[in-house]
Amino acid sequence: MAADSRVSEITAPRVNLRKSSLFRQSLRRLLHNKLAVAGFAVVLFMFVLCFIGPFFSPYTDNKINMAMMNKAPNLQHWLGTDALGRDILTRVMQAGRISLTVGLASMVLSVFLGALLGAVAGYYGGLLDQIIMRIADLLMTIPSLPLLFIFGALLSEWKIKADYRMYIVMLMLSMVNWPGLARMVRGQMLSLREREFMQAAVVLGLRDRRKLFGHLLPNIVPLLIVMATLNIGGAILSESVLSFFGLGVMPPTPTWGNMIDAANNILDFQERPWLWIPPGLSIFATVIAINIFGDGLRDVLDPKQKR
Amino acid sequence: MSEALLEVKSLKKYFPVKQGLLGRTVGHVKAVDDISITLQPGETFGLVGESGSGKSTVGRTVLRLTDKTDGEVKFKGVDIHSLSAADMRLIRPQMQLIFQDPYSALNPRVRVGDAIGEALLDHGLCTRGEVRELVLEAMVACGLSSYHIDRFPHEFSGGQRQRIGIARALILNPELIIADEPVSALDVSIQAQIINLFSKLQQSKGLAYLFISHDLSVVEHLCSRIGVMYLGSMVETASRDELFQHPLHPYTKALLSAVPVPVPRLKRERIVLKGDIPSPANPPSGCKFHTRCPFAVEVCKAEIPLFRDAGAGHFVACHLV
Repeated sequence: MAADSRVSEITAPRVNLRKSSLFRQSLRRLLHNKLAVAGFAVVLFMFVLCFIGPFFSPYTDNKINMAMMNKAPNLQHWLGTDALGRDILTRVMQAGRISLTVGLASMVLSVFLGALLGAVAGYYGGLLDQIIMRIADLLMTIPSLPLLFIFGALLSEWKIKADYRMYIVMLMLSMVNWPGLARMVRGQMLSLREREFMQAAVVLGLRDRRKLFGHLLPNIVPLLIVMATLNIGGAILSESVLSFFGLGVMPPTPTWGNMIDAANNILDFQERPWLWIPPGLSIFATVIAINIFGDGLRDVLDPKQKR
Repeated sequence: MSEALLEVKSLKKYFPVKQGLLGRTVGHVKAVDDISITLQPGETFGLVGESGSGKSTVGRTVLRLTDKTDGEVKFKGVDIHSLSAADMRLIRPQMQLIFQDPYSALNPRVRVGDAIGEALLDHGLCTRGEVRELVLEAMVACGLSSYHIDRFPHEFSGGQRQRIGIARALILNPELIIADEPVSALDVSIQAQIINLFSKLQQSKGLAYLFISHDLSVVEHLCSRIGVMYLGSMVETASRDELFQHPLHPYTKALLSAVPVPVPRLKRERIVLKGDIPSPANPPSGCKFHTRCPFAVEVCKAEIPLFRDAGAGHFVACHLV
């Protein structure tokens, strides 16, 4: 910075004119974090594999071939076949579509709900805050897994069509995830509201809308991005657990969870590892990669940290 | 005399002290206790006092950032504490605040140009097309460069940020600026620049300042009238020259004797006050200053001294004067 900043002319600046952008700065720092980049690469790879891969497969996920039951990996079936002679690789890719979609969609829904309700509760306070947060507390006091089991069991009892179950699973996962997010966003709101720049906004006589969308939300967005990313991993994991217990997405629609469930006996476990290792590894790799990427994002998006 | 720009009458601000499970109010911290200030257009009033004397609370209550407990704050004859929220918002551009800490007073995620210009847009004082030009004008007037407009606050030094804060207040063309220790977070060379900026802007725009500070030399440089606060009360008010040459209150004398003078050989009587400022939740009886006053006599413990005129607009609250 030049020592005297009293440049009298408005035009003809001497220093570079490039707009400084928080996004570009963050991106640059993110690219320095090798682990986060690797995590992102794995996530990207899984997405490409699952959404584009099936087009190159000669098999379909539900094509039963009795002649090829329980075959070990070979040249025709790279990852072997299952008890009904279906190609494991194709099924893993197809299952990934479902699992990743469920993860993404439930993340979007729970982040939307959580951010909206948390922001409203934190900004306006009072009765609205009480109502929203007590509902959130109620949902958080019940451990989420048993809650999901009860919902899943009810769905099975009501004989919901298998096609719709995927969407209902998304809704269920968002319902158990939004309270944590809402609480986090509300906490941020409460602390931001008392910051001096918000006092400045009051003195300047800014409108509520600008205070909320111009000053408060931009400070929460980084947190939301990080939470959203980490949330996808959690949602994928929850969906897999539910499907593993036969309460999530129902076979024959493959998901990573119910594919592992299909190998849920000692014989398959010991003799036919190709049945459960590929879906298991997919869950493992995806969730770990998402979490590593999310951690990297968190490091980068902390606004107090600068370089 | 023309109508006063700002008239503060017997302003009181008590903060309740709550205790126990039910949050019963067990007492009050009398942060501001019966303060009166009159400020004419274009005048600069300096408010000095040590930490915890309630200077900042006066500023915040005058701006209605906190509600008053009692008294009156009239801005151009309007009692601002009785305005509705919407009317208050409309009057706000005329009275602006400069913050003590230029680091926390700027939103880290808002570009400097947006931060300076947004209030103009929100109050409909200019169109979207004009705002950038006006922001640049204000920035240059405050000694910032035009290429700073699209940067974020963390890319600036403390002094530059304070200039941003000043530009943000100034662009609204206020008549009153309350400066809450605007230079105490800056280092000395920058302090001088910012103070000069303050006096330059006052000359060119005819601003009135309520300048809150604990630094007497800064106040001497800038203010025409000075009020000394102790524990929420005004102990002495006088014009600058009168106060510096003939201080009447023992507290003022002690403060003045602590101001460094750039003459090493000069021997001065240094009045050292003993002890700390008492708790405003439980202020001493009688004159609040008697616990630390070197001249205190019996009457000081019993009776609250009146704030009276000692001649020529010099007001003081002391039994001994």
